[in-house]
Amino acid sequence: MKITLKVWRQKNTNTSGQFETYKLDHVSEDMSFLEMFDVLNEQLINEGKEPVVFDHDCREGICGMCSMYINGRPHGPKHGVTTCQLHMRSFKDGDIIVVEPWRAAAFPVLKDLSVDRSSFDRIMSAGGFVSVNAGNAQDANNLPIGKEIADEAFMSAACIGCGACVAACKNASAMLFVSAKVSQLALLPQGQPEAKRRAIAMVNQMDAEGFGACTNTGACSAECPKEISLSNIARLNREYLSASFTAQVD
Amino acid sequence: MTNSKLDAKIPEGSIDQKWTKYKSSVPLVNPANKRSLEIIVVGTGLAGASAASTLAEMGYKVKAFCFQDSPRRAHSIAAQGGINAAKNYQNDGDSVYRLFYDTIKGGDYRSREGNVHRLAEVSSNIIDQCVAQGVPFAREYGGLLSNRSFGGTQVQRTFYAAGQTGQQLLLGAYSSLQRQVGMGNVKLYARHEMMDVVVIDGKARGIIARDLVSGKLERHFGHAVVLASGGYGNVFFLSTNAMGSNVTAAWKAHKKGAYFANPCFTQIHPTCIPVSGDHQSKLTLMSESLRNDGRIWVPAKQEDAAAVRAGQLKPNDIAEENRDYYLERRYPAFGNLVPRDVASRAAKERCDAGFGVNKTGQAVYLDYASAIERYGKIEATKQNLTHPDKATITALGKAVVKEKYGNLFDMYEQITGVNPYNEPMQIYPAVHYTMGGLWVDYNLMTTVPGLYAIGEANFSDHGANRLGASALMQGLADGYFVLPYTIGAYLSTEIRTKSIPTDHEAFAEAENKVQQTIDTLINIKGTKSVDYYHKRLGKIIWDQCGMARNEAGLKAAIAEVQALRAEFWSNVRVPGTANEFNTELEKASRVADFLELGELMCMDALNRNESCGGHFREEFQTEEGEAQRDDANYSYVAAWELTGDNQWTLNKEELKYENIKIAARSYK
Repeated sequence: MKITLKVWRQKNTNTSGQFETYKLDHVSEDMSFLEMFDVLNEQLINEGKEPVVFDHDCREGICGMCSMYINGRPHGPKHGVTTCQLHMRSFKDGDIIVVEPWRAAAFPVLKDLSVDRSSFDRIMSAGGFVSVNAGNAQDANNLPIGKEIADEAFMSAACIGCGACVAACKNASAMLFVSAKVSQLALLPQGQPEAKRRAIAMVNQMDAEGFGACTNTGACSAECPKEISLSNIARLNREYLSASFTAQVD
Repeated sequence: MTNSKLDAKIPEGSIDQKWTKYKSSVPLVNPANKRSLEIIVVGTGLAGASAASTLAEMGYKVKAFCFQDSPRRAHSIAAQGGINAAKNYQNDGDSVYRLFYDTIKGGDYRSREGNVHRLAEVSSNIIDQCVAQGVPFAREYGGLLSNRSFGGTQVQRTFYAAGQTGQQLLLGAYSSLQRQVGMGNVKLYARHEMMDVVVIDGKARGIIARDLVSGKLERHFGHAVVLASGGYGNVFFLSTNAMGSNVTAAWKAHKKGAYFANPCFTQIHPTCIPVSGDHQSKLTLMSESLRNDGRIWVPAKQEDAAAVRAGQLKPNDIAEENRDYYLERRYPAFGNLVPRDVASRAAKERCDAGFGVNKTGQAVYLDYASAIERYGKIEATKQNLTHPDKATITALGKAVVKEKYGNLFDMYEQITGVNPYNEPMQIYPAVHYTMGGLWVDYNLMTTVPGLYAIGEANFSDHGANRLGASALMQGLADGYFVLPYTIGAYLSTEIRTKSIPTDHEAFAEAENKVQQTIDTLINIKGTKSVDYYHKRLGKIIWDQCGMARNEAGLKAAIAEVQALRAEFWSNVRVPGTANEFNTELEKASRVADFLELGELMCMDALNRNESCGGHFREEFQTEEGEAQRDDANYSYVAAWELTGDNQWTLNKEELKYENIKIAARSYK
């Protein structure tokens, strides 16, 4: 099929960008969206032009690196998939597709469709862990955890840190990302000793990074490729609120 | 040829006491000295992240590098099925010895006893550590950990988190790493690629790294350098590796004197989604755990297979008696759970014989119909349903399968557009893992003092074939429990070494060389893209050094790779400049290394006149088509030493089996 692409091109963080239009004449419906970009880049290289920079790695929906904002939606029109899992059979011959990078003050554009998401790493460094050094942990089965709790923690832990939630949010809030990690550890007994400190530290770092506030619109969860539930945000709010009143942190 | 550099340094004593005694006698570094010792860790997958965080916890100053935008994205994240540990929670007779034995046997008697036994010993600690971090493993209703079985074993020792075990383990290691970053003990360099190792007076003393965003080259000093940069499966272009996975760090180390061991030992995973067309950029694995319940078959009649390929016949229309469950037929004891190399070759054999099923004829079926029926009946019994009809059983069974494998089934449907609950999946083998890698001794040190290799980047534990769910085990064993001890043996001798300023001539020389290579690549300004050469290289290696190899093919492949390499260096087109975010330049410098490695892989395969594990030489097989090892002549590690431009010398480390009796590997 024939596809027309309008792609955001930006040389680096400090320059302004613009859309460029490209036409592809031989797109197969079995191609993934990123494989279509491989074809585009091959075409651009052959024409002596610079290929489009975009982030991608595992191409099986788990690394969280791919990050295209397609026709106004992070990861495109399909529900519960990343850009790399989106196949061209979701589009039709003659379609015009607009592709942008994630848009958020806390995710500056590095080049073309690639953005800097290191703010997520810094939020993790603030408290997204259990403080346990490698060494002599107790036997794993000495800590029974009910299947329902373990499963729920897993659902939160399934977040791939892609940032689609931020890109989808009109406020560019990172609440879904932060709440998924806080929830995972708040649900599990291992996370209890640091629960209060964690909730406060991660929220403070999120604010310091320049992410917006949450207004419970729910676009984050609706667009999340891993379908992280909005109930995580409710749990984060409870955790944060109770920690604010009761935590003995310096 | 024997070589003094190839001393494996296996401790004396009985196999079950070696590691314990080693740990008690290895020299220690006191806390004050640790603070002034700097360690560079390249790669942040399971091995790298766990090593970097653990070394930092111990008090060393650590710098961690990854080419991805965050350490959490390293390709360990994509491991699906699980991680082995000799916990014996299922009371099915498992033990450290059995895990040790299964791994040596699974590796077709080409791995080192001492290292593998240590791996089995620390396997239990890994599970404990991960649970303590909050890794949400699958559990039973009673709250205890759940297990499943994997290929090449007869016990249930695999721990898992749905089909995302690698993700959960990596996020655990990543969270420990980020904790240390937050505490200032680890300095993180994301979007950085290691371009060379700096060697001063024979010891690894740092690296040259390229900031992939600015394009600038940087010099970093370390008292020791740890490579945790993964495997080289992307030499095949099409593999289950991530697009960025590369051999560059390991290859640069090789060029600075580290021997490269058993490069021809590559693992072809039996259950991947078949290739759909020329645009294909990578292959997607369907977890080996699917072989727990799925049955693999092809049509028993060639005319049925031909009809399927022509689109005139659907798999569900082929009667039970006209199906060939070839693994169950050939290997009744292990059935669908034979090791990966055996399962892959059996699929190739059927497809080559004309029984393959998709358009290309390069696919077999992985069928869940009987598992769905079996689980449905069990559920019906649980729910006290008397005489349930077939539709009820199927619905109940599908629900159970969804619970166990839901994300894998969804992934299959997204990629192929076919619903695997209703129609058997199509699968075909694909490159997945590389057992070969940098040669290391018991300390995980390469032949360059101070330079270590851990995880998939080294060769040490999996012999000629890795068992399922053992890669995660090895990566975390090396990073959490082995290297943090063994590196002390070296660093305790380095406490008097002051940090070497990076204006030292060795740093300058290394940086200049990297800069020259980059400039050369940019200035060729040829006519073909990097991918064009990478795809051609991949095809040569897949055809001649893939699932089956032979002398004539390998000789031809060596000549083809040499010619391709020459063409690459005269005609590749790398757009843009060196001092900017340039993804084509990144690819070009990685493919340049693959073009050298490819030749060495073929040389190694040509040298090894036997079939073992993932290395199947067509000239060496039994009458039933099984691999035929030659223990008398090839029971050694082939450690290749670079002696000039694309010139190698073979060094051999003899493998001694003192605790396991070498036998023909049988899964019948």
